[in-house]
Amino acid sequence: MTTAAVKPASMAQALQRAMRDAMAEDPTVHVMGEDVGTLGGVFRVTDGLAKEFGEDRCTDTPLAEAGILGTAVGMAMYGLRPVVEMQFDAFAYPAFEQLISHVARMRNRTRGGMPLPITVRVPYGGGIGGVEHHSDSSEAYYMATPGLHVVTPATVDDAYGLLRAAIASDDPVVFLEPKRLYWSKAEWSPDAPSAVEPIGRAVVRRPGRSATLITYGPSVPVCMEAAEAAAAEGWDLEVVDLRSLVPFDDETVCASVRRTGRAVVVHESTGFGGPGGEIAARVTERCFHHLEAPVLRVAGFDIPYPPPMLERHHLPGVDRVLDAVARLQWEAGS
Amino acid sequence: MTVQELPGAAAAYRPTPPPAWKPRTDPAPLLPDPEPYRVLGTDAAAGADPELLLRLYAELVRGRRYNAQATALTKQGRLAVYPSSTGQEACEVAAALALEERDWLFPSYRDTLAAVARGLDPVQALTLLRGDWHTGYDPHEHRIAPLCTPLATQLPHAVGLAHAARLKGDDVVALALVGDGGSSEGDFHEALNFAAVWQAPVVFLVQNNGFAISVPLAKQTAAPSLAHKAVGYGMPGRLVDGNDAAAVHEVLADAVARARRGGGPTLIEAVTYRIEAHTNADDATRYRVESEVEAWRAHDPIRLLERELTERGLLDEDGIRAAADAAETMAAQLRDGMNADPVLDPMDLFAHVYAEQTSQLREQAAQLRAELDAEGEAR
Repeated sequence: MTTAAVKPASMAQALQRAMRDAMAEDPTVHVMGEDVGTLGGVFRVTDGLAKEFGEDRCTDTPLAEAGILGTAVGMAMYGLRPVVEMQFDAFAYPAFEQLISHVARMRNRTRGGMPLPITVRVPYGGGIGGVEHHSDSSEAYYMATPGLHVVTPATVDDAYGLLRAAIASDDPVVFLEPKRLYWSKAEWSPDAPSAVEPIGRAVVRRPGRSATLITYGPSVPVCMEAAEAAAAEGWDLEVVDLRSLVPFDDETVCASVRRTGRAVVVHESTGFGGPGGEIAARVTERCFHHLEAPVLRVAGFDIPYPPPMLERHHLPGVDRVLDAVARLQWEAGS
Repeated sequence: MTVQELPGAAAAYRPTPPPAWKPRTDPAPLLPDPEPYRVLGTDAAAGADPELLLRLYAELVRGRRYNAQATALTKQGRLAVYPSSTGQEACEVAAALALEERDWLFPSYRDTLAAVARGLDPVQALTLLRGDWHTGYDPHEHRIAPLCTPLATQLPHAVGLAHAARLKGDDVVALALVGDGGSSEGDFHEALNFAAVWQAPVVFLVQNNGFAISVPLAKQTAAPSLAHKAVGYGMPGRLVDGNDAAAVHEVLADAVARARRGGGPTLIEAVTYRIEAHTNADDATRYRVESEVEAWRAHDPIRLLERELTERGLLDEDGIRAAADAAETMAAQLRDGMNADPVLDPMDLFAHVYAEQTSQLREQAAQLRAELDAEGEAR
């Protein structure tokens, strides 16, 4: 076997390759959404799929998110595996009723008789200078709905491996794609793609002993950078990339926190009612006697997503993470 | 800067004519007739198949009895709620009988009769409404989607299924039922638009029974009829007397056949009336007068068909009694089935959330197991 040349590839390319491979292997896989065909998606993630597999397999739909997801439900009922694109985070909201009332619970209400293997791809998060309604972090809404898996990759490898797993899953998966990582590149061989990565397993991106940064998606590179910067000050930070918010990998997260005794949850989404509250509570319930300090959260402010000219003040950056790490030198009564 | 100073302002303004435009579809053939289509009591009745009329009659009688029995069971506390379709049985029955076995039905919560007429066990059809598990049957076995409670959200499902079937080369048609209130929902619009653009083999039947709980049609839409909505999507709209079982069946069968041969979707409005209240939790006297109800009772779907059949010598007193007896047998079976207390396994709460239980659900299942064991020991 000749190993293909390893060259820089972007997350968008890896996602495209994942759909292409899934479509080639399984004729029931159908990609659908607004602009996914001829244009190849506004982020070009579906580039070339309509040309290669035809418009019946990669379909430009009318512009209607409830209709896109609602028709995907019927297609899944008839044995297809729809992969639906929602174009932008806030554009998915019209499809919420279909997602919550049908997609998430069809398996349950039919006692297993009618599972819906639908992948809902949602480009999410800020940092790309998008105008209003183009930068929301909507993961907490999805996490609050039983029946959905919620997955978000942070690396080119995971983008491929997790999307393959999502498409192969017999359950609906909300696949959150961090927009600002679409063009992040890594050494990757598009001719010998990485392995399929099972959903539900977190990974330690950087081992460390002083504290754990628990994070996912667009905040993973921020935490990696923060960990490098903290090393200069004597902090040896461990970075855990959750990859899957539902199911949640308590085991990997808690094993890390038990080792380090300190934890900070980092994400772009709002802090109040955001994923960090759930994660901090889980860690506290399971690791209380190992904790040297309260579990802290570094999150976006509790505001509607700000205009692009102010978003750098909202998004948790390296400095804000380091400030939180400094606060982990906590003493009772302080 | 004054207008005169604008560059090019000296030249006379000449508007550029728009490129040639013409409508994509001639709307005239898509428009519904101004009057609801009728068969019973008209010359068209002579062309109706006697065997079909008798089958419709038997199902109407059975359906009426089903509605009465389910309503009684609600009063006895055996059902959490029952939205009666008394007065609308012709729509329900004709819809079910217009389909082939391989076709799919997408019912809303008031459409249990359509499911039963399609062959679903009468007790299974009430599983949702008795408070047992949400869907008491295998949707694939009868090709009946789960009874849908959110309004109109099942319509895009019907479109997607019909589209998928056509992609696979199967000549399967999907029939989606919705009410007049449901026609105001966004999913109604999106489903019809997708269906027309994709030319999906799907038929939409709006049972216009006059009220969305208490809100009359005049406050629901300003359209001349709900069937008129079809023309904007580029599909034909048909208006039919929803209490005339023969007419509903004919219009539905035409639309199903058209869809099956690749002709695309149809929107049908059946004009009917909800004789009972919305559910047992509703007081219909607050929003309508008895004289209106009486006028519709005089246009009862069973009496209309019964008159046609007896006048043509196809039905006599024995036949009427036989239909009533069959309905009574069904009602007795329904009573027995509903009076038997269902046995639910609490551990089923965790059984079908995901294909594989998450570790979180396994922990919660273990917690419930322990609680159940403790309960058992206490007893």
